[in-house]
Amino acid sequence: MSTVMEAAAKNGKPRHRGKVKVSTITLAHGGGGKAMHDLIDDIFLGAFDNENESPLEDQARLSLADMAALGDRLAFTTDSYVVQPIDFPGGNIGKLAICGTVNDLAVGGAVPLYLSCSVIIEEGLPVETMRMVARTMAETAREAGVRVVTGDTKVVERGACDKLFINTAGVGVIRAGVDLGVDKAQPGDAILVNGLLGDHGAAILNARGDMQLTTPIESDCASLHGLIDALLSAVPATRFLRDATRGGLATVLNEIAEASQVGIEIYENRTPIRSEVKGFCEILGLDPLYLANEGKIVCVVPRADAERALAALKSHPLGHGAANVGEVTDGRAGRVVMQTVFGGRRIVDMLVGEQLPRIC
Amino acid sequence: MKYVDEFRDPEKARFLLEEIRVLVPQIQSERASADPIYIMEVCGGHTHAIFRYGVETMLPKGIELIHGPGCPVCVLPMGRVDDCVALAHMPGMIFTTFGDAMRVPGSKESLLQAKANGADVRMVYSPLDSLQIAKANPDRQVCFFALGFETTMPSTALTVLRAKQEGIKNFTLFCNHITIIPTIKAILDSPDLQLDGFLGPGHVSMVIGNTSYRFIAEHYKKPLVIAGFEPLDILHGLWMVLKQIADGRCEIENQYKRVVPDGGNTVALDAIGKVFELREFFEWRGLGSIDHSGVRITKEYAEFDAERRFSVPALKIADPKSCQCGEVLKGVIKPWDCKVFGRECTPETPLGALMVSSEGACAAYYQYGDIEKIHETRELVEEVA
Repeated sequence: MSTVMEAAAKNGKPRHRGKVKVSTITLAHGGGGKAMHDLIDDIFLGAFDNENESPLEDQARLSLADMAALGDRLAFTTDSYVVQPIDFPGGNIGKLAICGTVNDLAVGGAVPLYLSCSVIIEEGLPVETMRMVARTMAETAREAGVRVVTGDTKVVERGACDKLFINTAGVGVIRAGVDLGVDKAQPGDAILVNGLLGDHGAAILNARGDMQLTTPIESDCASLHGLIDALLSAVPATRFLRDATRGGLATVLNEIAEASQVGIEIYENRTPIRSEVKGFCEILGLDPLYLANEGKIVCVVPRADAERALAALKSHPLGHGAANVGEVTDGRAGRVVMQTVFGGRRIVDMLVGEQLPRIC
Repeated sequence: MKYVDEFRDPEKARFLLEEIRVLVPQIQSERASADPIYIMEVCGGHTHAIFRYGVETMLPKGIELIHGPGCPVCVLPMGRVDDCVALAHMPGMIFTTFGDAMRVPGSKESLLQAKANGADVRMVYSPLDSLQIAKANPDRQVCFFALGFETTMPSTALTVLRAKQEGIKNFTLFCNHITIIPTIKAILDSPDLQLDGFLGPGHVSMVIGNTSYRFIAEHYKKPLVIAGFEPLDILHGLWMVLKQIADGRCEIENQYKRVVPDGGNTVALDAIGKVFELREFFEWRGLGSIDHSGVRITKEYAEFDAERRFSVPALKIADPKSCQCGEVLKGVIKPWDCKVFGRECTPETPLGALMVSSEGACAAYYQYGDIEKIHETRELVEEVA
């Protein structure tokens, strides 16, 4: 029930929109009554303006014919966003909730089209914070060319969630002929990334304020479907793409090595990491290869296409810093090895839990 | 990155490695023995760097590195973790700890599990953060899990001094600080030990200086070189140890002069002296009880001592029988020779403490070390050389 859009204008007739007149969100705003309708009208409908797909119904209704014109398979994904703090250098939870789901569609070779937006709000959240997040979501969606067409709002008691949780699901259409897979990597393939790694993870850790470090590091949060489109147009034979979010580059490489039953070798001196992130990791005893990214993809392409793929990535604003970081090998299946800057070799394994800062 | 990249320069490494490749066979031929030269890095920070940069894969076959007991998280006995968990579960308690102590297994729970089960366990980066938490929560008790060698001892001591000065009543320490010298002595006295020299700890020495190590050279006739934590520091330190062995010298040398003064840090030592006194003995995981190896809070600061203020179970829990952490710590066996390594004991389900922290030898091998690769690469290195 209670979709964000359910109070949308009926039959195209302009309808009086409610306004939230208090400064904090309370349980009343989740109660299904006037307070909730005011919240939806004011915050969400004010931000997302989709008349066509959002009649006064419990579901968005999307044209199959329009979608079929774009490709031959539907891509469908969902992700929940619980980042703390909800506002951080380079973005906020709303931007993340749009970009993250857009990217999850795009790395499958899909054209992202429609998103849902479901919010769980902790009572006491300032109305202005919710408004700011909703506006960011709308702006990010507009820039990405996707539409938020359905949603839901819940308010829970203090302590039942942390300020604001957002779930977005997304649908997109996969172009005919594109068939990417984590099990398709072959020995000799090149491994590319589209730029500096670890910015998002470092920015979030720093924004929590525990370390009292002053750094200019910002989250790299961005919608990557434009960049991916450029890559796939230049190199249709691309084998696999994945956004290197939680667990960072190291985790994605391990997933590829495992699923494709291949070895992977990367080179520390070719792995792009800005010196502020390196310094941040040095101080805290963290490994930047495992830090989260929100605007970086790992690409596996045939060796013969590596140069073309790199040029395609570099030609896009979100890929200026692209680099060829290593290759798929016929080494031990499932194993990722890094040649260190120092000339040694080490295994880059999957992380067991969360990275914990070292004591000394 | 300034002050870091210089110490990771592969060209300089190549030069040192060539020297090392000459020294090793020279030492072996003088001894008329093909046995490897055993060098122990005492400090967990060294172990971590050795694996992270693949230093071991670059060394010739004639050197074996023994990853010593210098990871304070690893040598913590299970009974002490149980005490932490008991403190953390006390009503109204906020229990604060360094991050990598969160996963150390107790007999029932780790601190991470205690947190999931409702205890208020918070990760801090400095004991002073705990003091801040105590000030912000005057109606609750805040207990800091004080842990580590002389490296972390000064910051704990300064925190206690400040708490006293500011009259803070709701802050305590659960003191598990340990000292390095009695530990090295216990290792040297161990009958099954085979060691030719030491890479001495850098940050501990920054506090205690280098004179306290003299007995190692004078009495036990082993060379020790205090080294920094960058890979080039480690190679340089190893080269200095080998050079001493080749020259027939046993000295305490300092490779880490940019950080370690001969006399240590007197301000830090003063603070430690005020707040801490030696315990008669302290229990180590894998090594058993070592005399005078732990410290506790002096009477003058007793109000900040969690062991005096609260009742902790203080039960001695024997190490799991299948664990061979002690033998690994002393270098008697390699991690992968342990019966449970990589089988029952993994970083996900650590039985022994060496599998817990990224500074523990077993976790380091499990995560970074490809045993076959280490041997393969070393054979290749030999062939090329």
